[in-house]
Amino acid sequence: MSSVEAPAIRKTALNAVHRQMGAKMVEFNGWDMPVEYPASLGGGIINEHMSVRTGVGTFDVSHMGDIRLAGPQALAAVQHISMNDASKLAIGQAQYSALLYPQGTFVDDVIVHRLGEDEYLLVINAGTREKDFNWVRDNTRQFDCDVENLSDDFTQIAIQGPKAVNLLQKMTDADLSKVKFYWVTRGRLCGLPDILMGRTGYTAEDGFEIYIPADESTSARIWNEILAVGKEFGVVPCGLGARNTLRLEGKLPLYGHEISDTINVWEAGLDRFCKMEKPEFVGREALEKSKSAGVKRTLVGLEMTERGIARDGYRVQDESGHEIGYVTSGSPAPFLKKNIALAYVPVEQSAVGTKVKVEIRGQGVEAVVVPTPFYKRPKKTA
Amino acid sequence: MAYPTDRKYTKEHEWIQVNGNSATVGITDYAQESLGDIVFVETPKVGAELTAGKTFGTVESVKAVSDLFAPATGTVTEVNADLATSPEKVNKDAHGSWMLKMTLKNPGELDKLLSAADYDKFVAEEAGH
Repeated sequence: MSSVEAPAIRKTALNAVHRQMGAKMVEFNGWDMPVEYPASLGGGIINEHMSVRTGVGTFDVSHMGDIRLAGPQALAAVQHISMNDASKLAIGQAQYSALLYPQGTFVDDVIVHRLGEDEYLLVINAGTREKDFNWVRDNTRQFDCDVENLSDDFTQIAIQGPKAVNLLQKMTDADLSKVKFYWVTRGRLCGLPDILMGRTGYTAEDGFEIYIPADESTSARIWNEILAVGKEFGVVPCGLGARNTLRLEGKLPLYGHEISDTINVWEAGLDRFCKMEKPEFVGREALEKSKSAGVKRTLVGLEMTERGIARDGYRVQDESGHEIGYVTSGSPAPFLKKNIALAYVPVEQSAVGTKVKVEIRGQGVEAVVVPTPFYKRPKKTA
Repeated sequence: MAYPTDRKYTKEHEWIQVNGNSATVGITDYAQESLGDIVFVETPKVGAELTAGKTFGTVESVKAVSDLFAPATGTVTEVNADLATSPEKVNKDAHGSWMLKMTLKNPGELDKLLSAADYDKFVAEEAGH
C-alpha cells in the first residue's frame, strides 16, 4: 500500500455521456477525457478531424478553466498580468494572450474575453488551472478587482467547423451572423437564458464555444441536442485526438509543448500577441532584454520528406546528423495528408527550405522546414 | 469479437497462424481497435531473424506508436508490402491483414501462446481495467 493517495482523476459533467457513447477514454492532465468516438458514430481521429474541416464537430472542453476578473481596476489588472493589449477590447470582444513569468516565459496561454465595462473572463488550460488561478490572484492583489475561479461552474462545449454557425443558430435566438471571429454574444440556448457563446476555438476553423451550467442533466441535454439538431449538418462528436491534430495543422500552441515555463515569447513566435508598446506587464523587462540579446532558437514547421512520423520529443538533426533541436508536437496531419511537426531549432537553421532530419528509432529521417501555419482556413466567399 | 480458432495469440496482441514449419503473423482486432486509425506499419526485411518475445517492427496510429513483438523465433520469408501504402487495411480487417510470413525455428514455442478462447478472456480482463 502506498501512503500517498494518487489524486483522484477528474471528470467533466459529460463523462457518463461519453462512456455511454462508447468513447475511448484517456487521462489528459488529470482529467478522464474522450480521445475519440467509435466509428459507428462517425468517429475515429481521422473522421473526426475531417468533419471539422469540412462540416461540423462537437467537443467537450469542460476541462478548460475560467477565471473572472471584475471591479473598477479589472482592466489594469488584466493589463498587468497579460501580454496582449486588453485596452483594445470592446465589450463582447476577445483576444489571444498569455500570462508570463518575470523571465518572459509562459505561465499559460489564455483567451481574454471582455464581458462588461469592468469584467473580463480568462479561459485557461486544464493542466494549469490551479497554477493559473493562484498566479492570477497573487499578481493582482494590488488592484481593486475581484478574482474568481469559475472553472467548475461551466460545461464548455466547442462546436467547430464551417457549418458550426448553421448548427448553433438552430439552437439559439442570438443572431450569430452578427458575431465576428473572436467576439462573444449572449442569448437563449435550448431554453437556457443568457448563455455565453464565443466565436472562438482551437481547431483553426470557424466555430463557437458555449458555456452552459455544469450540472450533469443540463450538460447532457445540451450535448444530445447538439447531436440531434446537428444531424442534418453531419455533426460528429470529437475527442482530444482530433482536437490535437486540428490545432497542430493550424500551428496553435499547446502548453507543455510549444510553450512552457522555459520557452519565451520570441522563441515561440508569438510576437504579434505581445504588445511591447504597453509600458508595463509581468515579463516585459525580460523580453526587452531577450530581444536585444538576440533569440537563439525558434519554433518552425517541419514536413517529413521521407517515410516516417515525427513525434513529441524526437530529436532534430542537421543534414550531417548533428543534434540541433527537438520536436514539440508531431503527427500525421489528416486533412493535409502529410506527416508534420513543430520543432525548436537554432535561428540560423530555421529558414523555410532548410533540410533537416528527425531521429526516429535511431534513424535520421529526412524533413524540411516549411511555412506555417500548415493549414489556413479558406476565406469566406459568401 | 470472436477470435479465429485457427491461430494462436500473444499477450502483446499479435496473432500467428501456423502452416507446417512456417507461419503468418499479424495483430489482433483488439490491437487495431485500441490503436485507432493506423497510418504506418514498419516490418523487418525478408531474411531478418526474429526472436520470440522481442520487437520486430512498429505500428503507428494517428495518436500512438506501438512496438510489434515476435510471437515465435525464426526467419522472415515474406512481408506484406501492401501495408506500407495502405496501413488502414489493418483497421478494416486485422485478422486478414497479415504483416509477415516466417519459418519457425522451434514450433514447440507456440504451445506457450494463448488459444482464441484464452485470448478472448485475456482482452476482456484488460479492457475491464
